[in-house]
Amino acid sequence: MYLRTRLEKTIVIVMLTIGGILVSLPFVWMILSSFKNDQEVLSIPPTLFPQDPTLEHYINLFQNLNFDVYLVNTLIIVFCSMIGLLFNTMAGYGFGKFQFKGKEAWFVVVLLTMMLPAQVTMVPTYLILNEMGLTNTMSGIVLPGLVAAFNIFLIRQFMVTIPDALIEAARLDGAGEFYIFFRLVLPLSMPVVAVQIILTFIAAWNSFLWPLIVANDQSLYTLSVGLALLQDQHVTNYGLQMAGSAFMVVPIIIIFIIFQKYIMEGFNISGIK
Amino acid sequence: MNNFKTKMTPFLFIGPAVAILLLFAFLPIIVALVISFTDTNLVGLANYSEINFIGIRNYINLLSDGNFLQSIGNTFFYVIIGVPLSVGSSFLIAVLLHLVGSWLASTFRVIYYVPSVTNIVAIAVVWGFLYNQEYGLFNYLLSLVDIGRIPWLEDPFVAKLSLILLAVWKSNGVSMLIFLAALQSIPRSYYEAADIDGANRWQKLRYITIPSMSFATFFVTITTLIGWMQFFEEPFVMTDGGPLNGTNSIALFIYQEGFQYSEFGYGAAASFILFAFIIIATLIQFKFRNKDQSL
Repeated sequence: MYLRTRLEKTIVIVMLTIGGILVSLPFVWMILSSFKNDQEVLSIPPTLFPQDPTLEHYINLFQNLNFDVYLVNTLIIVFCSMIGLLFNTMAGYGFGKFQFKGKEAWFVVVLLTMMLPAQVTMVPTYLILNEMGLTNTMSGIVLPGLVAAFNIFLIRQFMVTIPDALIEAARLDGAGEFYIFFRLVLPLSMPVVAVQIILTFIAAWNSFLWPLIVANDQSLYTLSVGLALLQDQHVTNYGLQMAGSAFMVVPIIIIFIIFQKYIMEGFNISGIK
Repeated sequence: MNNFKTKMTPFLFIGPAVAILLLFAFLPIIVALVISFTDTNLVGLANYSEINFIGIRNYINLLSDGNFLQSIGNTFFYVIIGVPLSVGSSFLIAVLLHLVGSWLASTFRVIYYVPSVTNIVAIAVVWGFLYNQEYGLFNYLLSLVDIGRIPWLEDPFVAKLSLILLAVWKSNGVSMLIFLAALQSIPRSYYEAADIDGANRWQKLRYITIPSMSFATFFVTITTLIGWMQFFEEPFVMTDGGPLNGTNSIALFIYQEGFQYSEFGYGAAASFILFAFIIIATLIQFKFRNKDQSL
């Protein structure tokens, strides 16, 4: 299926361009509106470009609306999620490269948790956190989503392909197990781990439900929970709302564009074809 | 001693992850099953002696709960409209992307994927503005072509469609990549052979492209189906189930029972009804995967 004539190619490109404009319209509108002042953002007919660009909404976010606190909390969650990714990778290595008693049974347990919809475990997980006294704490926000069965599965699939001989050779040379993991296995697994790092970062930055359920104090709110609060409190202040959204969305889009090559290729690595 | 150490090594690696999964993913399944047969609520949480075993009464009550039945109806509406729309649009995008040159395709690929990595609250805020009946961009654009104001989120039926539009926009990315990978794995020689036989473009699409992508299509359809059955975030952040419960989904109903009304037992029972729907879809998926041996 390839195109023969110039005309055909033009038609396809025009279709893709129209689709692309429609898909990116909400982002463009968000960024443009975030620089408009209060009157202009509600004006009819709307202006496309801000006539009198202002940064007041962005300043307001940090001076009066605690977005600095939310940002720090979000970065803490991102950091913790990377520890979770380390656990996932270790488990993927354990399941992929070791033979031990009960291995199949444990792996089935891992896969079983993957099949369950989040809604089934949401209420009891909260009850368990409550029982452990972890509600309204950072640990309570981070722990439920720390480990993901699907990621363990993906990493395991990759680890299986690492030759046993390499690991055995390192053992014969007297390397410790964790030395082997960090200095040999981890570098070899970089193609799959790199994708996981990016996806984990994005997921942690966007995490919303558990912070919302677990955090009662505003001092524990993440950016997304803070943004939801802002939407409730400043219902018609669309300029402010757009600035808050842009602050959440733009960093992720930049990170995504920088690393998108790895994510797109990651789909081939994960073997979903 | 050395032997013992060798035996323990794998558990050092899988230990942390498995422990967390057991505590926050496996144990909750058991807890959910148990409390779904009790009247656990906020009172029971403070004092366990207040929790009573009530058999299957939660499940019986659910089946006569108007809100729950409505949320099932809404969920099926989302699935019936949303799944074909999602699969169809991501398929179309993938085919078009595959037709154009490589650098153009990779640029557009990024544009179409970006909504998938965007925070749902930010999406709700931005789309809430776009959908605003008075000041929103959508109604303004429609007024240019003399179409009156559409109550995007104010009418129970229109609101469902608005949420579907938003969700399709957000979810296209991943399916598109899977389709694209499948398209790229079709050997070029198939098309060259068809060219020699004088096949036209439509015949090539119909007899080579679509059959070669049957596994990808099935995989995407099933995962999309499961995703739409758990439709939660969009109504949660956009409409909170309203107006008149018109956009409520099963997943949102569970959240409301659990965290707004603190009826933990009742919510857990509802979650198992949702799970029953999903397990049927999952079993079909696994059966297909085993047959195909692709994973």
